[in-house]
Amino acid sequence: MDIKTLTVRSAHQGLKDKKFSSVELTEACLARIDEVDEKIKAFITVCRDYAIKQAKEADEKIAKGEEISILEGIPMSVKDMYCTKGVQTTAGSRVLEGFVPPYDATIVKKLKEAGAVLVGKNTQDEFGHGVSSENTGFDVPHNPWNFSRVAGGSSGGSAASVSASEVFYSLGTDTGGSIRQPSAVCSVVGLKPTYGRSSRYGVVAMASSLDTMGCIGKTVSDTADVFKVMAGKDELDSTTVDMPVPDYPNLLEGDIKRLKIGVPKEYFEGGVSDDVKNIVQKAIEKLADLGAQIVDISLPHTKYGVAAYYIICPSEVSANLGRYDGVRYGPAAKDAEDLFDFYIKNRSKFHPEVKRRIMIGTYSLSSGYYDAYYLKAQKIRTLVKKDFDEAFEKVDVIVTPTSPTVAFKIGEKVSDPLSLYMCDVLTIPASLAGICGLSLPCGFSGGLPVGLQILGPQFLEEVILKVGHIYEKATEWYRKKPTV
Amino acid sequence: MKLSKEQVRHTAKLARLKLTEEEVELYSRQLSQVLDYMDILDEVDTSSVEPTSQVTGLKNVYREDKIKRVCDREELLACTKLPVERDQIKVKSVF
Repeated sequence: MDIKTLTVRSAHQGLKDKKFSSVELTEACLARIDEVDEKIKAFITVCRDYAIKQAKEADEKIAKGEEISILEGIPMSVKDMYCTKGVQTTAGSRVLEGFVPPYDATIVKKLKEAGAVLVGKNTQDEFGHGVSSENTGFDVPHNPWNFSRVAGGSSGGSAASVSASEVFYSLGTDTGGSIRQPSAVCSVVGLKPTYGRSSRYGVVAMASSLDTMGCIGKTVSDTADVFKVMAGKDELDSTTVDMPVPDYPNLLEGDIKRLKIGVPKEYFEGGVSDDVKNIVQKAIEKLADLGAQIVDISLPHTKYGVAAYYIICPSEVSANLGRYDGVRYGPAAKDAEDLFDFYIKNRSKFHPEVKRRIMIGTYSLSSGYYDAYYLKAQKIRTLVKKDFDEAFEKVDVIVTPTSPTVAFKIGEKVSDPLSLYMCDVLTIPASLAGICGLSLPCGFSGGLPVGLQILGPQFLEEVILKVGHIYEKATEWYRKKPTV
Repeated sequence: MKLSKEQVRHTAKLARLKLTEEEVELYSRQLSQVLDYMDILDEVDTSSVEPTSQVTGLKNVYREDKIKRVCDREELLACTKLPVERDQIKVKSVF
């Protein structure tokens, strides 16, 4: 049993064939975490005993000959943004250190019902604020392909833990690129669903009109298996849409002949490095070989995406992070003079980037500035969405690089917030439009992974998953593993 | 600079954040840089564009007006570090 080469599907088969048990699988993952996580630092919390308990429950079901779902007994991890009952949940911040939720996020509940074995909580940029996971209140995760490099962000811990074969898949969140970008720089598959496709209930809120709940896996088919369980309307999240969930895992096969793939010129300009451009171009040529029709398109408002996002997101953040005042959860200052002082002391634990964004947001929404900033940004958002709506009348999917560069060095950009914001330039527009996006491995440059981003219209995840699966089958980049 | 130190101090107070003098200096510089970058949006004529606040198009999502218990009050109150009296969390006085 080699957990590096096993996928969710092959592990499921192995469990059914009784080649190994869920306890053995879980212990192998825990041993792997013991072996490598000191170097990778993908976890804030590892819930060893709870994991073994869940694994035993899965094994009992198998022993009784009960029908098991594909995720049953398979070890996974969750970005620390999701509430997990009885297991510490920090959202990567010291402001929530020690917080143990009394309930599960809806998605966590659904996965537990499907038999998932929760092994631990992954580190991340604090409250989702970042592109490198360097803004964590805990230890910075390292890229398994090169320890001196970032694992991407904000779901860096999740991407690193799947990439290093510590777990089979991980749950992440994507608000401006936080699943897609770390997946690209760690050479794993990451799915950002359509906004409203999966429930935000029980997940620490960052920007309520942009947050999406997705997953990171070793292969596209694994990702489809996980997302099928995650998706769906939730009574507890009124922004989820009441649409049936397609049978994603069974909609992957076929061919992409006559599929129209749009390639937007704006995504190959500016800060996109030459090596990334070349590798993604080769991937597009491969898609053409596989029968797709490549169509040049333009998404003219792409260059305004970062500015619009970094007004809208911090504005919503400044409202959502208002609740972290030490009253209902999290550590609470004992020596405060009055209520104001109490708030100030508890909120002093925020990472500087979080403080920056709260302030940008507070400023943008404040009297006298609302029209110039927040309202203007929302109008730009309309135009960015319109670009995609018009493009999807001509093409079925849009293909681009996920990240403008390969993983940069840890510490390289910390003193320049704006340069970090620009790392999201290729993922942000899709977030503003609320459409779905998949990132998957498409090559390497200097030993560092490059990701291909496939964007699809709202609620058509099955199309981007199918394109991704067919490309993956033809290229098998997932077979290449980091040597850690 | 777009954001003076005084504006930074005021914004921080609104957001219930306390900054050291060094932080005020640093953020004034960094935030001004970020806000300068936002000027790029002025290139676009949005006079006849409607703002987008949400992308699902959902309106008025209702549920039955029935009490639904998602979590026990005791479990929720157990999350606070502050004293709890008669099911209420006791905070410092405002004044």
